[in-house]
Amino acid sequence: MEQRKGWLSQLFFKKEATNILYVPALILFAVFTFYPLIYGLKISFTNWNGYSQNYGYVGFLNYIELFKDKYFLNAIKNTLIFGFGCTIFQQIIGLAVAITLDHKFFGRNFSRIVIYLPVLVSPVIMGIIYYLFLHYNYGALNDIVVLLGYERIAWLSKENWALIAIVIVNTLQFCGISMIIYLAGLQNIPDMYYEAAKIDGATDFQAFKYITIPFLYPAVITSVTINLIGGLKLFDVIKVLTNGGPGYSTNSISTLIDITYFNAQNAGYASSMGVFLFAMILIVTITLHKVLKKGEVEV
Amino acid sequence: MKIKKIQNLHWKIPAGLMVLLMIFLQLVPFYITLAVAFKPKTDLSSRWMIPTSIYFDNFLTAISRGRILTAMLNSLLVTSVAILLICLLGAFAGYPLARIKSRFNKIVLMTILGVMMIPPLSVLVPLYSMMNKINGVNTYWGIILIVTTGQLPLSVFLYSSFISSIPVELEEAALLDGCNYIQIFNRIILPLLKPVTASVIILTGIFVWNEYQLSLYILSSPAKRTIAPAIGAFFSQSSSNLGAAAAAALLGVLPLVVLYLFLQKYFIKGMIDSALK
Repeated sequence: MEQRKGWLSQLFFKKEATNILYVPALILFAVFTFYPLIYGLKISFTNWNGYSQNYGYVGFLNYIELFKDKYFLNAIKNTLIFGFGCTIFQQIIGLAVAITLDHKFFGRNFSRIVIYLPVLVSPVIMGIIYYLFLHYNYGALNDIVVLLGYERIAWLSKENWALIAIVIVNTLQFCGISMIIYLAGLQNIPDMYYEAAKIDGATDFQAFKYITIPFLYPAVITSVTINLIGGLKLFDVIKVLTNGGPGYSTNSISTLIDITYFNAQNAGYASSMGVFLFAMILIVTITLHKVLKKGEVEV
Repeated sequence: MKIKKIQNLHWKIPAGLMVLLMIFLQLVPFYITLAVAFKPKTDLSSRWMIPTSIYFDNFLTAISRGRILTAMLNSLLVTSVAILLICLLGAFAGYPLARIKSRFNKIVLMTILGVMMIPPLSVLVPLYSMMNKINGVNTYWGIILIVTTGQLPLSVFLYSSFISSIPVELEEAALLDGCNYIQIFNRIILPLLKPVTASVIILTGIFVWNEYQLSLYILSSPAKRTIAPAIGAFFSQSSSNLGAAAAAALLGVLPLVVLYLFLQKYFIKGMIDSALK
């Protein structure tokens, strides 16, 4: 190979010089992630309306206001319902389907393809598809309700039904992720453990408890973390299905930020919600991750 | 004969039924959307009935009033440029982060991974007003740089863990032959990155194509909109016209679903790579 003698080429005989290769990525993060985070923190201490030149610093007023604001407190509650509700159902469905699909049977590949399919669909479009399904007058679900002789149900304009609908829609859309993670985890468990357990006379349940669960533990941590972050960030589906309604009852923190910024033009206040949401996701995810990791050591 | 987890027949029946139920639940909404999209508004039959004749007006409405085709071209542009940047910058950054395990580099890698947890809406206010100041609202470069930054952590993560699994001996041999690290990266590392690049393209490509939360605000002009915000906007303008909304949704789903049916092995491999590395 030819050897160039320029100082630049000489410099790159040092391994450390390759560190320069991550500089472009760091510049993008600095401009489009870290600067907005810091700038957002600054805005959260002001009463800025989002466009005017004039604004004043109000100290922690926005943050104090957050905890008196019943719409915001309700949005925290909903965000946790979406985060944990979806995560729990996704693990149950994902694990149950994965254990079944771990066996060879006719239609196994087809099942996997279909159950994973909605993961690829944009959540906004998924929201529209379920809106058609759940519509009060023209929805397919109420067609059945009427057929069975009941009154139409307002799936999307009764708070509790709407919250349940949002959890179910997001669960069904992304349970394919958990399924794939658990399926990959199951396929890493050597068959000989089950053979040994069977020779020792273990029941199916014992084999599941003492072999499957411990081996699958890393996959559980990954799947729970991915699903939890996704659920706590939830925005698109809510925006299309209920737009936070009826009233403000089904807002997540994300949709409430959108409303506060663009409709109520309260950029300072919306920014403090943004800071809160980021801190909340960070704390909840890291805490849960640590708790789950502890369980792994004990196994 | 393999010995596996479920031995008894009485487990197989409920397990099979559950999988059938899941397939049904996943397909029914798409079936209903198809049925609604192909029926005229005057058709008052149940949403569960198959359309008796093929009716295309809903699709024409979605295309002309919802500007779905323009939006698809916009999405194609934004997604291809963003994927190119995501792969290039991700592979660049992945190399030193995989090979030089200094304390500082570990911090850099952890920070980049931490970025994945930032919810887009939490930086909406500052990002939007920053983009406004630098005239990046309603520009392709604006949204491309934003979505690239958003997907870059996943790309850096996948590339650096893949490069970690390439034996260092290859590079040491090349170094003895008089190659510097730039030559090593170009001639040895880059050609080996094909499989992981396929995963990066598929995973980040899906996210970028489907991106809604920030595109909704950064691309507010109808001529510049990408597919997800265009369909969202069309839906909220014409929510009384459910047939057209259904047609728009189907048009939006079509490209990725077709790709998925042909390349489903790669889609699923990409998902596994991202989760288990």
